[in-house]
Amino acid sequence: MLREKYKDEIEQILSRYPVRRSALLPLLWLAQTEEEYVTEAAMKEIAGILRITPPQVYEVVTFYTMFNLRPVGKFHIQVCKSLMCGLVGSDVLLGWLQARLGISPGQTTPDRLFTLSTVECLASCGTGPMMQINDEYYERVTEERVDRILADLKRDGTSPLKSGPFILPQLAGSEK
Amino acid sequence: MPTYEKILLKNMEMPGYTGLLADYERVGGYQALRKVLGKIAPADVTAMVTKSGLRGRGGAGFPTGVKWGFLPKDYTGPKYLCCNADESEPGTFKDRQLIERDPHQMLEGIAIACYAIGAETAYIYIRGEFSLGARILERALAEARAAGYVGTNVLRTGVNIDIWLHRGAGAYICGEETALLESLEGKRGLPRVKPPFPATHGLYSKPTVVNNVETLANLPYIVNRGPEWFASIGSPPKSTGTRVFCVSGHIKRPGNYEVPMGITFRELIFEHAGGMRSQKPLKAIIPGGASAAFFTPQHLDVKLDFESVAQAGSMLGSGGVTVMEEGTSMVWAALRLMEFFYHESCGKCSPCREGSSWLVQTLRRIINRRGRMEDLETLTDLCKNIAGRTVCAFGDAEIAPVLSTLQYWRDEYEELIRAAEPSGAAELVMPARH
Repeated sequence: MLREKYKDEIEQILSRYPVRRSALLPLLWLAQTEEEYVTEAAMKEIAGILRITPPQVYEVVTFYTMFNLRPVGKFHIQVCKSLMCGLVGSDVLLGWLQARLGISPGQTTPDRLFTLSTVECLASCGTGPMMQINDEYYERVTEERVDRILADLKRDGTSPLKSGPFILPQLAGSEK
Repeated sequence: MPTYEKILLKNMEMPGYTGLLADYERVGGYQALRKVLGKIAPADVTAMVTKSGLRGRGGAGFPTGVKWGFLPKDYTGPKYLCCNADESEPGTFKDRQLIERDPHQMLEGIAIACYAIGAETAYIYIRGEFSLGARILERALAEARAAGYVGTNVLRTGVNIDIWLHRGAGAYICGEETALLESLEGKRGLPRVKPPFPATHGLYSKPTVVNNVETLANLPYIVNRGPEWFASIGSPPKSTGTRVFCVSGHIKRPGNYEVPMGITFRELIFEHAGGMRSQKPLKAIIPGGASAAFFTPQHLDVKLDFESVAQAGSMLGSGGVTVMEEGTSMVWAALRLMEFFYHESCGKCSPCREGSSWLVQTLRRIINRRGRMEDLETLTDLCKNIAGRTVCAFGDAEIAPVLSTLQYWRDEYEELIRAAEPSGAAELVMPARH
């Protein structure tokens, strides 16, 4: 239960807002971090903490695309498919991933390691094609980088190819 | 290539600049806050910002000082400032750079704005995907609190300025200011009917100002160097200051370029961003994010300021400039953008919710060689019935790519329709929302 495990953190979150319900998104983030998706039990508990009804929580969870209502793979790969990434090869990137993982967008590999999704613009239009894997961005992805990233994740759970703070234009192209 | 003095990207482009507090202080950081707190009356700070001509950098371009001036005078209850860091307009990635590379610059701007409007609490609404940006801002906020720039009794002046970070969770519409407020109140991000405007009934129905990251980041410099200095940059009197333009697409050097407003698209694309990435010539430009009507190479000499771009039939919007080379299908480009709008429509207003779905279906039908000539009329008719009939500006935004590609590249639509399979019955497949 969130209330026991994150007592101080929940109190701290609530103290930032004059109205309890404002803490809904922060508490849902807390729940998703805990369980990798937002469970029904968590939604009920959060409703109790905020003194709102479970449907009021559910309608919010289903509005925002980043909340998962079902378990996803250990690594959730989200490929930007908006126009700007489309111009520089996001369809090709998606093809590479589908070929290597053997799944289509919306599916999870049988070993539950990878879930593949397509998403809309992630504000990385100057460094496409790109993808987000869990909390990290991977930009200017090439076929060779896809292989390295997937191998890194399987082996180490993370990859040094993830993006650091925003790439400055004068460095673009040189930071390979 | 002409070079210009940078304002917002200046610090971060210095070698070794980390964006930590010590670095920011070394280049004069938080001096503007010291200059105003308790020394310049809040109303005079607002007057200074009005005089500078600063206009909102999020998309709508509303004069910032005027927006602040709409807050009720003599109101003694709580007021709020919200920093809109929900950067989601396709083609736009400037706020991400400002957040990740120089977080204190925007925090100082937020503190100055809070003081000017008399708000003791500010919320930074940052899009959920900016996980790295959120971590960087949390660290910067902790530094600013420890140094006394944020919190109670800021710099021992008796002024309280609390700043909290609030993460979104994936919804383009939350960049619309009233949807942002709904989201911040723990609800679905559905835009509100206006009036009343946030200036009188904003967050928790209290007087509220919502300003974009880039807008706020300009404030320390307006205070330090004076409104006259700021107003002399760009295309005075209506488009003052610099803009951080985001150049993407088939371009040699994609990235953010801070230049004074008023330079031409030709200069931005061919000089600063290095021109087209290959031998193929330029075919189309999106001048100000996905919501802006397309331009053609004939528009290359249009100036990048609010008025010039509007006069030419589009908008400067969020500053996202996307270029496309010859050979790019404009029907495909319109469909890609329409799929975005279809996915992101919040569903509140029927013309937008249903219209975006019908626009996607009709465009898909044409691309899949099942179109009919009357589909072009259908597209135009749908757009007309969305325009002006929705609660927020999303409706007007989503039709811009369709109408402008129809205007300039109608032959491409007709060609696809002429190539349609004669026996093909109209395809009616509802695309999935997610």
